[in-house]
Amino acid sequence: MNTSTGPDYQLSQLDILESEAIHIMREVVSEFEQPVLLFSGGKDSIVMLRLAQKAFFPARIPFPVLHVDTGHNFEEVLAFRDKRVKELSLQLIVASVQEAVDNGRVCLPPDGTRNRVQTPVLLEALDKHQFTAIFGGARRDEDKARAKERIFSFRDDFGQWDPKNQRPEIWNLYNSRIHAGESIRVFPLSNWTELDIWHYIKREQIELPSIYYAHERDVFERQGMLYAVHEHKAPKPHEQVFRAKVRYRTVGDASLTAAVLSDADTIDKVIADVASTRITERGATRGDDKFSEAAMEDRKREGYF
Amino acid sequence: MRGISKMDILRFATAGSVDDGKSTLIGRLLYDTKTVFSDQIDAVERVSREHGDEHVNLALLTDGLRAEREQGITIDVAYRYFATPKRKFIIADTPGHVQYTRNMVTGASTADLALVLVDARKGVLEQSRRHAFLATLLQVPHIVLCVNKMDLVDYSQEVYDEINADFTAFAAKLRVPDLTIIPMSALAGDNVVTRSTNMPWYEGGSLLHHLESVHVASDRNLIDVRFPVQYVIRPQSDDWHDYRGYAGQVAGGVLRKGDEVMVLPSGFTSRIKSVETADGEVDEAFPPMSVTVRLEDDIDVSRGDMICRPTNMPTASQDIDAMVCWMDETAPLRVGGKYHIKHTTRTARTIVKGLSYRLDVNTLHRDEEAQTLGLNDIGRIQLRTTQPLMCDAYGRNRTTGGFILVDEATNRTVAAGMISEPAM
Repeated sequence: MNTSTGPDYQLSQLDILESEAIHIMREVVSEFEQPVLLFSGGKDSIVMLRLAQKAFFPARIPFPVLHVDTGHNFEEVLAFRDKRVKELSLQLIVASVQEAVDNGRVCLPPDGTRNRVQTPVLLEALDKHQFTAIFGGARRDEDKARAKERIFSFRDDFGQWDPKNQRPEIWNLYNSRIHAGESIRVFPLSNWTELDIWHYIKREQIELPSIYYAHERDVFERQGMLYAVHEHKAPKPHEQVFRAKVRYRTVGDASLTAAVLSDADTIDKVIADVASTRITERGATRGDDKFSEAAMEDRKREGYF
Repeated sequence: MRGISKMDILRFATAGSVDDGKSTLIGRLLYDTKTVFSDQIDAVERVSREHGDEHVNLALLTDGLRAEREQGITIDVAYRYFATPKRKFIIADTPGHVQYTRNMVTGASTADLALVLVDARKGVLEQSRRHAFLATLLQVPHIVLCVNKMDLVDYSQEVYDEINADFTAFAAKLRVPDLTIIPMSALAGDNVVTRSTNMPWYEGGSLLHHLESVHVASDRNLIDVRFPVQYVIRPQSDDWHDYRGYAGQVAGGVLRKGDEVMVLPSGFTSRIKSVETADGEVDEAFPPMSVTVRLEDDIDVSRGDMICRPTNMPTASQDIDAMVCWMDETAPLRVGGKYHIKHTTRTARTIVKGLSYRLDVNTLHRDEEAQTLGLNDIGRIQLRTTQPLMCDAYGRNRTTGGFILVDEATNRTVAAGMISEPAM
């Protein structure tokens, strides 16, 4: 914590959010035998790793990280993932969607998109390794389903979220009691906004995959969104490919995640960009949440984050 | 504009139903502080057009889950965020329907401030009194009464004065520490973000101005040192093999290097060798900082222990007297029932020894004949725990005075408890 304390013992908002997240992580490690952190190489999970480093310093991060790999990755993000894992001496578990498809354990939908099939692959990995507490980087400002989810989000033995049957969460007293087969998804960044994340990245000088900053790339437009030309995302014949300066606000599955036009090639410019943007993070960049008003709610009920 | 490093956070809870204009008020705050994104506005405008609404319905900005829309109910507390150059705000938006008490207790538990809404045409109703009562039960330090829909009473000072007098008299009984009353119209935007010119007789500021300027840092207890040990850090590496640090979040007071401390329940004393974070040593630690405390002496300290000063200790007791709010619809509280109790970082088992009374939150009447507490009931109970808990009265410290009860069979969180002042 970079304690910017005043004479009246006041903490800054980033210090308060950091302190809350550290408290949550320590609580989980104290009360669960098998925690795991979902690490995609995206900015929110990178921030979670920094918080985990701080929570247990000078000891190492006391849990492994899990990546649900859709097989449609941005190579910069994958390279970053491996580098960070090595730097922090973490144990990385990869749950591969491709492998599950090859083995016939999951079937791809007709359009070939892989967002929905992440869920069974995730649940299978959690089951195989007997993880009972799973850290996710979700924030409540992302979506209206998230806005109503607890920090400790109880999941039944199918990994499902039931919005009508959530445990009340009072003060900072989290209920971690579960039966065999059940689990808790834990969201230490619940109270952070997109802008908080960027301010924290700046303050902590956290390195990110390069595609978060403006760069030139071949893109094409589809349904009002800009997609990179990628081995898993080819333009249709009528879709014109052009070169543009873009950056990514989120870095999910490469076939679903869109770029935004931007000149922001430094952290300060990104913060200015995010502060003035008029479109939500998911609305701007996620093809998967455009399908319906309640897309996120439906996926969470199935066991998604 | 101040830099982000100087901004703090205000957490506030809102309670009420759609009829009070609560959703419109929150929508107005989000909209006028430019927190709402254009894709969200597009969606709201589209739905408003489909409904044939005259104005853009700002209440739709806080519209919830599909499950709620389908059933026409509000399920749960929703958390919303906005910021101005002065502060970041976290709203715990609680619905006013059947489960309102459970939800409001949840929302108010961490709130610095509570907004209570009244409709100027209707005056102070039972519901407003209930909301104010729950906010004071949870010791929310600041209450703002929003006298809404002033546009519908011609911005009448007389109407406002009457409501003001009525509510102030009620609040005096509750001993509300800080009460502010603001006349407004969320629909028209009067006194929400900017001061209204429609009510020249009102001399105070807008709601947002109040939210930005209300002083909350001094609401924390900086007197009684309370450090519940959450986790013991013992690195398994050669570089740090003698390291032993007690990690936790400061619950009260200010901890400094060199301070003489006592560890409860053992009663061992030592001195603070250092107060650390991953970024290095700090001079002082205070709520709500998460830090690691190291002690001069090698004494046995583990999770659930409490570090305090030998001259200022919490009460270590296995007998707890508390107000509880019952939150479970599947089974009522009954005398003789056994539960898990989680208090700070300590979990024990407990048995309910007695129920003194059930409190009617509308009339404040105490029903001493009550045998059980059902969902949303509030009552005073006595507990016996298997281990001593290091307690303060909830009125003295919301962290060391609060606990939850968890059902041993279902694992559901069934109650929130607030420890009473010790009997004289």
